Amino acid sequence: MSDSRSCQEEDCASLLSKLGSDSPRPRVKYGGMFCNVEGAFENKTLNFESFSPKVQRSAARTRTCDSGDRAGLVCGPTGGGQTMVFPSGHARENYGKREGDRLVIKGGKVVNDDQSFYADIYIEDGTIKQIGENLIVPSGVKTVDAYGHLVVPGGIDANTNLHAPQKGMNPQDDFYQGTRAAVAGGTTMIIDHVVPEPGSSLLAAYEQWRDVADQRACCDYSLHMDITRWHEGLYEEVESLVKDKGVNSFLLFMAYKDKYQSSDSQLYEAFGVLRDLGAIAQVHAENGDIIDEEQKKFLTLGITGPEGHVLSHPEEVETEAVYRAITIAKQANCPLYITKVMSKSAADVIAKSRKKGMVVYGEPITASLGTDGSHYWSKDWAKAAAFVMSPPLNPDPSTPQYLTSLLACGDLQVTSSAQASFSTAQKAVGKDDFTLIPEGSNGIEERMAVVWDRAVSTGKMDENEFVAVTSTNAAKLFNIYPRKGRIAVGSDADIVIWNPKETRTISAQTHNLTVEVNILEGLECRGVASVVISAGRVVLEDGKLNVTEGSGRFVARKAFPDAVYKRIRARSKMAEARGVPRGNYDGPVHDVISMTTSVPPTPTTRGPPCPKTQTGPRNLHQSGFTLAGTQIDDHIPRRSAQRIVAPPGGRSNITSLS
Amino acid sequence: MSDCRRQWNREDELPVYLAGPITTGPSQRKSFGMFSSVEGAFESKTIDFDNYSVGRKGSRTPRSGSRERLLDAGDPTSQTPSEARGGSPVSSPGERDDGRIGVEVKYSSWKESQNGKVGLLIKGGRVVNDDQSLYADVYIEDGLIKQVGENLVVPGGVTVIEANGRMVIPGGIDVNTCLMKPYLGTQPVDDFLQGTKAALAGGTTMIIDHVSPQPGDSLLEAFECWQEAADRKACCDYSLHVDIPQWHEGVKEELEVLVQEKGINSFQVFMAYKDVYQMTDTQLYEAFSFLKELGAVVLVHAENGDLIAQEQRKILGMGITGPEGHPLSRPEELEAEAVFRAITLGNRVNCPVYITKVMSKSAADTVTQARRKGSVVFGEPITASLAADGSHYWSKNWAKAAAYVTSPPLSPDPTTPDHLHTLLACGDLQVVGSAHCAYSVSQKAIGKDDFTLIPEGTNGVEERMGFVWDKAVAMGKMDENQFVAVTSTNAAKIFNLYPRKGRIAVGSDADIVIWDPDRIKTITAKLQQSALEYNIFEGLECRGGPVLVLSQGRLVYEEGTLQAQQGTGRFIPRKPFPGYAYQRIKFRNQLKGRQSVTRGLYDGPVYDVPATPKYITPAPSAKTSPTSHQPPPIRNLHQSNFSLSGAQIDDNIPRRSGHRIVAPPGGRSNITSLG
Repeated sequence: MSDSRSCQEEDCASLLSKLGSDSPRPRVKYGGMFCNVEGAFENKTLNFESFSPKVQRSAARTRTCDSGDRAGLVCGPTGGGQTMVFPSGHARENYGKREGDRLVIKGGKVVNDDQSFYADIYIEDGTIKQIGENLIVPSGVKTVDAYGHLVVPGGIDANTNLHAPQKGMNPQDDFYQGTRAAVAGGTTMIIDHVVPEPGSSLLAAYEQWRDVADQRACCDYSLHMDITRWHEGLYEEVESLVKDKGVNSFLLFMAYKDKYQSSDSQLYEAFGVLRDLGAIAQVHAENGDIIDEEQKKFLTLGITGPEGHVLSHPEEVETEAVYRAITIAKQANCPLYITKVMSKSAADVIAKSRKKGMVVYGEPITASLGTDGSHYWSKDWAKAAAFVMSPPLNPDPSTPQYLTSLLACGDLQVTSSAQASFSTAQKAVGKDDFTLIPEGSNGIEERMAVVWDRAVSTGKMDENEFVAVTSTNAAKLFNIYPRKGRIAVGSDADIVIWNPKETRTISAQTHNLTVEVNILEGLECRGVASVVISAGRVVLEDGKLNVTEGSGRFVARKAFPDAVYKRIRARSKMAEARGVPRGNYDGPVHDVISMTTSVPPTPTTRGPPCPKTQTGPRNLHQSGFTLAGTQIDDHIPRRSAQRIVAPPGGRSNITSLS
Repeated sequence: MSDCRRQWNREDELPVYLAGPITTGPSQRKSFGMFSSVEGAFESKTIDFDNYSVGRKGSRTPRSGSRERLLDAGDPTSQTPSEARGGSPVSSPGERDDGRIGVEVKYSSWKESQNGKVGLLIKGGRVVNDDQSLYADVYIEDGLIKQVGENLVVPGGVTVIEANGRMVIPGGIDVNTCLMKPYLGTQPVDDFLQGTKAALAGGTTMIIDHVSPQPGDSLLEAFECWQEAADRKACCDYSLHVDIPQWHEGVKEELEVLVQEKGINSFQVFMAYKDVYQMTDTQLYEAFSFLKELGAVVLVHAENGDLIAQEQRKILGMGITGPEGHPLSRPEELEAEAVFRAITLGNRVNCPVYITKVMSKSAADTVTQARRKGSVVFGEPITASLAADGSHYWSKNWAKAAAYVTSPPLSPDPTTPDHLHTLLACGDLQVVGSAHCAYSVSQKAIGKDDFTLIPEGTNGVEERMGFVWDKAVAMGKMDENQFVAVTSTNAAKIFNLYPRKGRIAVGSDADIVIWDPDRIKTITAKLQQSALEYNIFEGLECRGGPVLVLSQGRLVYEEGTLQAQQGTGRFIPRKPFPGYAYQRIKFRNQLKGRQSVTRGLYDGPVYDVPATPKYITPAPSAKTSPTSHQPPPIRNLHQSNFSLSGAQIDDNIPRRSGHRIVAPPGGRSNITSLG
């Protein structure tokens, strides 16, 4: 590699600015437009050292060796050895655990999100050590044959719920079953949602998830934190999660009224905090208020089956919330990630606001890409109930095609599964009331295949874009790039050998989950993961899964992901509003009689709009006392009698508390 | 006057003019070439009111009351000092155009014509309705249009107005004024007298004012109060919207009474003004559902109040206290977001939604897109958003900057007025209001140290029609028929006044304006009818204006001379279920019969949900979280000997132990552990 490059790198420590831009010479084509460009990958593969400002000193030695063999083939161990330096120190220690697996992947076409090329890959100690042709590798190394196949970075599923209980029930597929299925489908990392009970400690929930996942997970994992009820007091916990625990994404809910739902004020406050900490705000975008009313309406209409779910969660309710979330995030100047984009109009809102420059990302899921909501009207209750998820699948059968198109053109960025599988018996808790059906579907295993089949094999998307939406984009957004999401020297050896020709039919009989219904039953998918390598070990080969429970490592994620926060940073500098300096107004001022305005000042910082509606006149006999402080219904006139305001604690002995 | 009203209310006949086609023109239509005026065409086109009898049977003696009041008041031109300016002939330099033929009025007898008793003939004008224009004379008697056509046979001795080819248009309807909206105990300087005088001077012959009760007030009482004040003072016909400051069960009865007995069919709800007027989505949903059942039109003040409150706090915290803080804390995204949400709610409930005060491009675009998708939604830009932009908020002159404070604020984007006019012209926005709410500089100065205290409102009732003409018709964006539609007819249709108002047709009220498209006027506070000492449009030139205004058949404005009489305005009751808004709703309602799937009972295994309580809250449960519905079995009996009265404003914030002392009811004497 050229010397001129090395001096460029010194001042350019950021990732995106130099992707692909560091080629010092025009690319020479050897024999035609589509042939493999020899030597291209050297410049394209990432040099990890240069991304980490701290390690620039140590970089010099490695680079001198590199610059020696300019002829093309990447330096092997002979060239002085590669020093692996990771941008983050914490990753290092995990590597001691598992070694010995040395692998060579031969003859495959390496596909990254920016380019594809033919190369062999040498893996040792769970990381990619060499990429190139004619690698010099130690003897006795296991060889994986990838001729005619694609070698892609392992998938990253950015949305799973493998441990989150709903209505007191744990998902049928836990971390073990879930990650096993993930690996079987070519996904080598999941990011699971930690869902603490409203009001309980986030850290405690985090520890609980860590415990379970460390014991059970068979592939690397990371965690999102769900904020089920925002209040100022959460700040310290959120801060410690971001700074010490490696969580940089937090999900807030706009739905689930009276349970998880946050008001606009709460969202704004939370977004502000998350921005300051460098985290990504995720939202579950549905208007919970409207859903609540609609649910009541349909239940009173006598609709109790699963079709009530989709009727009470109409598409526009999702769209409205997406629009609102983006507006709030724009105001708070916080990056926003919309989980589970299920409808065309919601996707459109995201696409439009991206065109207006908002930092917003959209995530369609396996189900919304693979099927539609017509099944809610199935005569088979169990089948209809299996599709219950929020937001629901759209009854419009053209939705999957549409979402795929937006995914292909980059308006949507990440595909995930929103895996949360509940057995039919669990779903049957809501057999007489659709609002009680636990929400969630499978999809963790089928995700990559569905994207390949719907997008790549139909010609909407190329293989590089496939890698981007299944893996690289998620890695970038959640700040685990280039450790994950890329096949490059120094990256984790999470690699999938993808067979684009093979076809498989999805069925509950053959899938690796324990749930007995598969919502994609019967779907034929071209594209199959034929070999999966997770952390340097072959975990799927010849159709056989060979996973080890508890082998998954927690991947900590740092705050301020560059892909997201660069724009945010620049904007917060720009956004300084300034007042107009003017002289004091010295004209007449109308005298305001200090009249009793009917609305008392409320403790503003903590007043969300009332979550409850007072219904009916109150029976004063039920009320022995009234709380001090502002009452939410102060302004509602009592129709029957004057209210009696008693001090808290009664009149007996405590005299001043308020 | 009040007699008349009660009779109106008692009338049971529903308006039937939408039910049947016009049957009064039996004469054959003859065509003389394609573009020639079709003789007799208008006869069959104009609507014969007697056929429909819109509750107007029997006595029509409304003027007797007003006449007495007039006599009491004495000479109308010099009643009060404030009125003197209006009464005296005003001649602005810009208004004179001596070279052209003016409109002449030949009086038979001044006094008579003032009372509208004797007929009045408008000759030689071009009658412009929202659907067509035609040359015709208009004969008026008893405050009603009696004949429209050529060569009318009229009794002798009528006052003749020579229109000389000018446009004769239905008087404007200003659907959004706040002439009595109290703010911290003060009232706008333009009350019903000043405000309606300004309206007449601008060619508007009817206003619909907002009744703004404070939270906790009775809507009915507020309505009576407004009606009483308006009956005393208004110089032109008026009707009232009622704002709903708070949604609760008790409001429902009052709404029912207002709709069914008081002739109100439109109610405003607020998505802004957190902790004062703002409603949650749940409340909006309930309000929409209820108002839909009543057949009322829901007006929405669309801004996201939660975010505004946050932004205001932030901006005050940054030390910005001047009027520029107002637009900074209310960016247009918040308006667009709320419009989007209101429309979504309207769609879900299947209820017509009317967005008051569309101030920004993005909000207007949201309305447009929703209409494209079939939503029943109407948008109302106002004079200020059509003629000014928000750059003035940054004026060095505090008083000037404060004058523009209105909510939603004027958009700082200078292309906004053009965009809104374009949408008006193509029908994506329907109605032009003024949101006239005039606070003097000293009243605005209440907020001199805190922009959140500046009373909100701008002038615009007088300039409304002029600016639409100047910026839309004179620019070639809009034709004269569409001009009539957006300034008058659409409003009449949406609020169920049509065709009594908003149309020149036989049987309609004689609210007529003779419009001069070439008159050029420079807007200035010195020459305005409003009592304000400033005008936000100061110095703007405006082409087009009324030459002559008839209200209830009386000549009230002629070439700069206002002859309005206090208290002559009548309350116009409006019936529910306006066809323009509700026809589509009705059909959609029928469609909406959603069928559930009939399936056999599920007889498979059902997961046994453990009944273990998941979470035990330390503090009294209902207080800490509205969310955790505590299972009754483990309820602490100590907690259940009382019930909290009302939801608490801080319900959903968990108590962090130690921060707060939760005192049990009855003191600590007998109950020892609760927290």
